[in-house]
Amino acid sequence: MLFSNRMINILIPIISVVLGLLSGAIIMLVFGYNPIEGYAALWNGAFGDSYFLGETLRQVTPYILSGLAVAFALRTGLLNIGVEGQVFVGWLASVAVGISFDLPMIIHLPLAILAAALAGAFWGFIPGILKAKLGVHEVIVTIMMNYIALYISNDIVRNVLTDGEDRTAEIAPSASLASEWLASMTYFSRLHYGLIVALFMALVMWFVLNKTTRGFELRSVGFNQNASKYAGMSVGKNIVLAMVISGAFAGLAGAMEGLGTFGYMNVKSGFTNIGFDGIAVALLGANMALGVVLAAFLFGTLKIGALNMPTEAGVPTELVEIVIALIIFFVASSYIIRWAFLRFKKEGK
Amino acid sequence: MFKNRWFVLFALLLSIGLVLGACGASDDDAGNEEDSTGGDSSENTEEETSEENASGDFSVAMVTDVGGVDDKSFNQSAWEGLQAFGEENGMSKGEGYDYAQSESDADYVTNINRLVRQDYNLIYGIGYLLQPAIEEVASQYPDTNFGIVDSVAEGDNIASITFKEHQGSFLAGVAAAKKTESNMVGFVGGVDGALINKFEAGFVAGVKSVNADIEVDVQYAESFAAADKGKLIASNMYDKGVDVIYHASGATGNGVFAQAKDIKNNDPEANVWVIGVDRDQYEEGAVGDTNVTLTSMVKRVDIAVQDVATQAMNGEFPGGEVLEYGLSDDGVSIARTNEEAMTEEIITAIEEWKEKITNGDVEVPSTREDLETYVNSL
Repeated sequence: MLFSNRMINILIPIISVVLGLLSGAIIMLVFGYNPIEGYAALWNGAFGDSYFLGETLRQVTPYILSGLAVAFALRTGLLNIGVEGQVFVGWLASVAVGISFDLPMIIHLPLAILAAALAGAFWGFIPGILKAKLGVHEVIVTIMMNYIALYISNDIVRNVLTDGEDRTAEIAPSASLASEWLASMTYFSRLHYGLIVALFMALVMWFVLNKTTRGFELRSVGFNQNASKYAGMSVGKNIVLAMVISGAFAGLAGAMEGLGTFGYMNVKSGFTNIGFDGIAVALLGANMALGVVLAAFLFGTLKIGALNMPTEAGVPTELVEIVIALIIFFVASSYIIRWAFLRFKKEGK
Repeated sequence: MFKNRWFVLFALLLSIGLVLGACGASDDDAGNEEDSTGGDSSENTEEETSEENASGDFSVAMVTDVGGVDDKSFNQSAWEGLQAFGEENGMSKGEGYDYAQSESDADYVTNINRLVRQDYNLIYGIGYLLQPAIEEVASQYPDTNFGIVDSVAEGDNIASITFKEHQGSFLAGVAAAKKTESNMVGFVGGVDGALINKFEAGFVAGVKSVNADIEVDVQYAESFAAADKGKLIASNMYDKGVDVIYHASGATGNGVFAQAKDIKNNDPEANVWVIGVDRDQYEEGAVGDTNVTLTSMVKRVDIAVQDVATQAMNGEFPGGEVLEYGLSDDGVSIARTNEEAMTEEIITAIEEWKEKITNGDVEVPSTREDLETYVNSL
């Protein structure tokens, strides 16, 4: 019984991806495009040569962290929709540190990364403390915090970090995650050392949740708050801690963009979707560290590969968006597949 | 229990039917695929033969900003320029010229790089937002030529195409000032920055030059692709009594048009006008028999893009140069498609001011500071 449950947990994400790809293919067929060519273009666009591989890995990096952020909160029973906003403040903090100090790299880079994590953690702390002390639902607070983060960081970029410009200066090289070595290996892709940070953080999450007492408490609160309380754990404290750690992960995702991909922050007209995609990444990855890494890889592939579909296979951009959305839809609706699975299993008895 | 199983079976059958049906349809379409991807299939054969002798192996592509090629504005105009260039030289989309659309600002560099790797000879970045991306990639690939529209990028293989938008906007301001009855006009900008400030400064200067008492409400949507915000801002402005809005906001402006048309639909007598930007946006403003588009500040991105592509094809690529298109060479102009709204009086006024600008009597301000001095000197 246990074994088969585990099998289901592994099978469900795989089936959702396959279903997503299939329905995407159907849509392409309906509109008269060749799905094999379309998916070949997607594949080439993501892995065609080392440049595209580099870009895909570059896109995977923030997805791992935003996925971890959502997953960590979910394991404690909290739905952190505010990852997007925490990414923004993390990005802003890392760039602010990156442009305003002139320090040796060994201090500057960790400081910039730390600033991002702290900023994200602070942005997660607010909904956490509101939930713990006043019982305000974290979903509502975090959604609002996203907008606050978006407009505040736009204003800070425009009026504090610059003098009315819509883009900050480039960060100092000593704070940059960019790597000439990685770039030259991948024909100038923007692949940067952040990938190592992201993978390390996945390891940290696994360790904290599975190997420490605190992690046990966090998970226990996620399973059943009342039982945890009865066992003598402080539910409120664990909720705040979970949101803080989740926010820190999200802040790091922002640092990946600020210190790695872009090297600056500009005025944003809308959300980057790194945080929102992180929700799907976490769901697909079943909230496990390893699962999140794999799911982030899939999302990065889709995002970068899809850009190639219009030019190589002639599939119009709008259709590409529908195909990608369908894949994400099936991925995110894995509950349906789980339900169908259990249904058939029950009947099989 | 049984019911459920039947339902699933039924759903499966339906989806299989859909797949099979779709397969059949796609066979029929296969021959027409060229057609649906944007090329004119009727011209294909002719094009293929002429392509070799006319254009050699020259190819050109552009990367849009997040507005996309159907933004009815800036990107679309550039794309029309490329299409015209392709037609002139017997190319078809995907063979000779193409575009790549960006979904977010992280995609700019990826898109430009991909086009370089697909061996395009000339690659345009459409919009100042792509300036850092173009500069970055251009330094990595010195053998490819790049063009940036609306911004100045440094590099021997980059041609920077800029426009004197403040001059055109000045004339738009004159038209607005002549048209307004409430003495209140509005300006909706995309993103607050050096480029759109040029539009703003020119427009306000134009309005104040005609009548210094007219109030100009300036708002920024902070996006070139948020029609919803454009509609909201326009709705607030019209409610306050503004009757002419000039938008310089790309696809955000579609919301301004939508709001003006809504008002006009509810009350055909309402006095609301929109001044379009970049392309002649006359079509966007049609409401039944009337039209809310007073005029448009036409910026001939298409001509500039076509121009530079032709030069590059002939081996005369203006690398490292800053090209400036203004009123005197028709790089910017005022549309006169709405003959009903653009009365004789307005056109004469526009002509007068145009004369003054082109012969240097009036120096149109292009920044907010210059605007202040200009308005104070009136």
